Amino acid sequence: MPTPAKRKRRKSSHNFSGSDRVTLGTFVGLPTLLHVLFVWVPAICTILLSFTFWDGIGGLKNIKWVGFTNYRQIFQLDENLPVAIRNNILWLAVFAFIATPLGIILAYYIDKNLKGTQFYQTSFYLPIVISLAVTGIIWDNIFRTDGVLNSILGNTNPDTAISWIGDPHKNIWVVLFIASWRHIGYTMILYLAGMKAVDPSLREASAIDGATEWYTFRRVIIPSLRPVNVIIVVITVIESLRAFDLVFILNRGTNGLQTLGVLVYNNIQGESTRIGWGSAYATLLFLICLAPIMTYLYQNFSKGND
Amino acid sequence: MVTGKKSKTGQRIAIVILSVFSAVWVAPILFTILQSFRPFDDVVKSGVWSFPKHLTFENYIHAFVQSRMWLFFFNSCEVAIPAVIITLFLASMIAFVLSRYESRFSVPMLMIFTAGNLLPPQLLFIPLFRIYLKIHVPHFINSNGLLYDTQLGLILVHVAIQIGFATFVLTNYLRTIPKEISESALVDGANVWNHFFRIILPLLRPALASLGVLMTTWIYNDFFWAVVLLKTGNKRPITAALSNLQGEFNTDYNLLAAGACMAFIPTLIVFFAARRHFVAGLTLGSTKG
Repeated sequence: MPTPAKRKRRKSSHNFSGSDRVTLGTFVGLPTLLHVLFVWVPAICTILLSFTFWDGIGGLKNIKWVGFTNYRQIFQLDENLPVAIRNNILWLAVFAFIATPLGIILAYYIDKNLKGTQFYQTSFYLPIVISLAVTGIIWDNIFRTDGVLNSILGNTNPDTAISWIGDPHKNIWVVLFIASWRHIGYTMILYLAGMKAVDPSLREASAIDGATEWYTFRRVIIPSLRPVNVIIVVITVIESLRAFDLVFILNRGTNGLQTLGVLVYNNIQGESTRIGWGSAYATLLFLICLAPIMTYLYQNFSKGND
Repeated sequence: MVTGKKSKTGQRIAIVILSVFSAVWVAPILFTILQSFRPFDDVVKSGVWSFPKHLTFENYIHAFVQSRMWLFFFNSCEVAIPAVIITLFLASMIAFVLSRYESRFSVPMLMIFTAGNLLPPQLLFIPLFRIYLKIHVPHFINSNGLLYDTQLGLILVHVAIQIGFATFVLTNYLRTIPKEISESALVDGANVWNHFFRIILPLLRPALASLGVLMTTWIYNDFFWAVVLLKTGNKRPITAALSNLQGEFNTDYNLLAAGACMAFIPTLIVFFAARRHFVAGLTLGSTKG
């Protein structure tokens, strides 16, 4: 048995007594048990449940294995699914191609330490501190039919005014604007931390060489932000897939605001109980999350080992 | 000369951009605060976009007394505070072992915690909801004897998920602290228990402060788990209870604004009081130790 020997060699200085072993066992066992029992076991159960039929009323023995039937059904029968997938993709695209670049730009300007930078910085932080449910209420004041925006536009008549949240062709863009309001601040904080870590002498050297600001930004600052980018990708993908709170508070995720997260909920605690369908939506979510999670793990642990 | 002029215009552009964005960021919040102080009739008569004729605390009194926002705020604290303390304590224990007694299991275990924290909550909630309906708890915790619809159930979920993030951050943090600090204590014959409580826990203090601030706001702000795991209105945390203020046909938006302010002002206070910790907590996880 080579392993105990190896372990012994590594911990040459330790000679664990019985009580030490109990302590170590508890220190590792208790958190692991809790985490595995409440996170990993349910996650695996959901994936398994997506291949079954269960009305949730009878006990576990009423669960019937049905293969891919749930997946076939949700793609063929549920008219909410295409809307939800479209919304989740739009969410991802807006976060990735609009909100994140804006976060970089704002971080870059904040990093210049201009006059009043503290005020600007603080204002971008605010949405991160405020819960998404409250964010929904705050922006509902602006966007509802008799809200601020329509008042400024001069028409709050419920029949003729623009219905920002009620119109299924407009409301997703409104929601994406609100979600970006929060996400931009989030990416700004992380990029700002990354920029503060850039060696100032690199910038000076670049400036002395006569490089333009744009060149320095592109060739010195952006490349040094690579470690931040990984966490940004993870946050962007995961936040855009989780999307639930905001649409739920605005109109319970209906009428153009469906997301995968809402469909999971609707099939479990909403108007109907279809555990198989709900689990299938959740598994779809998981499959999309898998790539960024793996990337993140790879980035963190492949380097962490050497 | 040319570069000087250029950077001057550059600065002006920067200030214009930052000001415009800041305005969009602050205006809706300020507007909600203003609205919370306006009487209902005033807004009905002259619309939301009008100069307030007079201001009142009426909405706050109504939200606080009749709508019992104090109770919901208390509910939020009752979940967030124990959850954060338990999370940090458990995560410190395992981070200590993973960073100080490394074995071939350390990296795979850390990967499990890190990945677990990133799983979408919707992936966990279906079986958890069913399991919570099956787990029985003593009647002094819940009158119908189930884990479903209890604050304890909510705390357990938050702890289990947040342990993932906290373990990742704390392990990385401990790895940056030289092991020699521990070794001197081990020479003195300290056992594992004392090694953790006397040496490691005090070392972790700055990281725990940052994580604590961050996680308190996260859990306080949670909406999803409160909606899916609680049924009784009285047990809801403040984020989920705000919908009580939305009427079925007519909503008093000034009252709702007051409720929203009561929900976010505590987090703003925490943020301004411990801003350094808040930002440090967010960036702790993103930069590798």
